[in-house]
Amino acid sequence: MSKATFATVWLDGCSGCHMSFLDIDEFLLDLADKIELVYSPLVDNKDFPEMVEVTLVEGAVSNADDYEKIQYIRQHTRTLISLGDCAVTGNVPSMRNPFFVDEVIDRAYNENVTINPQVPHIGVPELRPWVVPVHTIVPVDVYVPGCPPSAALIKHVLTELLEGRKPDLSDIARFG
Amino acid sequence: MSFKTFKIDDMDLSAAEDDTILQVAREHDIFIPTLCFLEGLSPVGACRLCLVEIKGSSKLVPACVTQVQEGMEVLTNSERLQKYRRMVIEMLFSEGNHICAVCVSNGHCDLQYLAQRLGVDHNELPYLHQQKPVDASHYRFAIDHNRCVLCTRCVRVCDEIEGAHTWDVMSHGIDSQVITDLMQPWGDSETCTSCGKCIQVCPTGALFKKSKAVAEMVKEHEFLPYLKTMRETK
Repeated sequence: MSKATFATVWLDGCSGCHMSFLDIDEFLLDLADKIELVYSPLVDNKDFPEMVEVTLVEGAVSNADDYEKIQYIRQHTRTLISLGDCAVTGNVPSMRNPFFVDEVIDRAYNENVTINPQVPHIGVPELRPWVVPVHTIVPVDVYVPGCPPSAALIKHVLTELLEGRKPDLSDIARFG
Repeated sequence: MSFKTFKIDDMDLSAAEDDTILQVAREHDIFIPTLCFLEGLSPVGACRLCLVEIKGSSKLVPACVTQVQEGMEVLTNSERLQKYRRMVIEMLFSEGNHICAVCVSNGHCDLQYLAQRLGVDHNELPYLHQQKPVDASHYRFAIDHNRCVLCTRCVRVCDEIEGAHTWDVMSHGIDSQVITDLMQPWGDSETCTSCGKCIQVCPTGALFKKSKAVAEMVKEHEFLPYLKTMRETK
């Protein structure tokens, strides 16, 4: 049996959802027999493959890089999953939205810095004016809310997907 | 007292004529979501989550303020109602800044529970990201207007139960907000007795005790019917 190809990506989030994914513990061994992780912060591959069955997206869309990346990934993914509150709602990263980007950058890199304050501009993507959920940029197939979604919930989602079903989380997953 | 016979979700029922649809539904374990309603306070029909369908009428009615009528056939969970309820929840999430992950009421919040119960797993509406203030001038309590859903439970408990009427609502539409006295800082209020009833009835993390961290603010709604019964039987 050929293995299903999976990918995970990390946009504007804290990596807590990836930690929760690793918390599925021994189920990782079962998973290793059934899927091939072809692109992820957890593996070495630098390029997103031509086509991936399932991609789990952690994090909101906050900067120019997130924005480009998520569109490319959508085009090259069959089932796109918003994993966790940042991807689903914007969550904590979106708390900068009531302020202007300039104000936020000034606060972080000038106002609260005592030694050699400077705004980084080389090798870092530009922040977009608003942090937004993934589904406001590209269509999303499955929403998995939670901050982070529990390991049990992630296991349930993966099991359902591997069985060929679309996971129904309507009454088991919650924000926060 | 006369009695009425009617149907809720095809179940034949009877109740006293001044009973509301919500009261009868709760007595028979029929789920109707509510947010502004709280046992022990006067109902106001503000949140629109308890809207139900009456057969033969295109108008939806709030179950918390609609009395039962002879021959009435009530539907509590049609697809149309489910859609509207999810829409109400989505609008509440859009209008405020309800970031559950960093809320004192995470895991103990009526809004969060209702979103889960009604199957709201994401929001189709854009978030407004309004800048709303936090008033922490009171020595024991604070209000984060970002998390207020304007249910007015605090206004009603302060007026009807405590008798202080410190809380009220100011402005209209999107600008509406609850205020203390004549929009003075809570800490300067001369009418507030610092009883804390508003904290306990608040369905979200808008009103909270200072020193509570994320997920630590558990509200005790149960005191209210108890208090009311004790007073009425005095």
